[in-house]
Amino acid sequence: MIRRLIPHPLLSLTLGIVWLALVNKVTVGNVVLATFLGLAVPMITAPYWPDRPRIQKPFAVVEYFLVVLWDIVVANIEVAAIILFRRKADLKSQWIVIPLELTSAEAITVLAGTITMTPGTVSATLSADAGSILVHCLHTETPDEVRDTIKSRYERRLKEIFV
Amino acid sequence: MVVEIIISFFIVLSGIFGLVGSFGLIKLDDTMQRLHAPTKATTLGVGGALIASMLYFLLVKGSFSFHELLITLFLFLTAPITANFIAKAYLAHNATRNDLPETGRDYGWALYDDPPLLNETTDPRGE
Repeated sequence: MIRRLIPHPLLSLTLGIVWLALVNKVTVGNVVLATFLGLAVPMITAPYWPDRPRIQKPFAVVEYFLVVLWDIVVANIEVAAIILFRRKADLKSQWIVIPLELTSAEAITVLAGTITMTPGTVSATLSADAGSILVHCLHTETPDEVRDTIKSRYERRLKEIFV
Repeated sequence: MVVEIIISFFIVLSGIFGLVGSFGLIKLDDTMQRLHAPTKATTLGVGGALIASMLYFLLVKGSFSFHELLITLFLFLTAPITANFIAKAYLAHNATRNDLPETGRDYGWALYDDPPLLNETTDPRGE
């Protein structure tokens, strides 16, 4: 019964918080409206999410977010230095293939988004069976190292989150 | 005074990163390389401006503003997808199978190959 009423508790929570943040004012009326939206939207859209993954460890999500945030700051400075101080001819841009162990579509989407948001790497496409991801790297001397970093830093954490 | 200095610091920081991102667009000439510049401008460039705005409302106006957090959230949702679409469009137009490395799988890149039929795979991946 509770699963039919609240098919997607995290989505409900997110929708409610986003609504309150949008109106930027916490009043009783807004909370009621946020609760209504948080309950109604997941209920209506539930058929479109047939195999949604369960998120097992909420704290792992927070940890992942902080790690990515930190990496974004560090990588920003690295890429800025590359753009400013490196001659164009010295740039070694290359494609990197990363074999994936993640299987759920949601987890792969998060990984691809993370790779793109951390400057210096952009995810371009997946293989047809979603078994590996093609990443473009702005400058690297050691492509294997980049691949291993992405696997150990992001994919390992995502595997724990999307069990 | 201290508050103003901190806020100015973040605004200047975001300006610098925005500028470097735009400079990267001019300096680099390969589309895939240029794609790296805007992903940077939207992270630290916009991030700095948002932190400055939040600090201003919190410390000067005395009210907490959630809108900056929402902008961050929406940017993180949309920026990778835009970059991915540009990359895919570029590859579809300018690259052939032989320009890209091997997938290391039985199937080629999704740009050129169809996904396996569901009943063919021993390892269904929900694609």
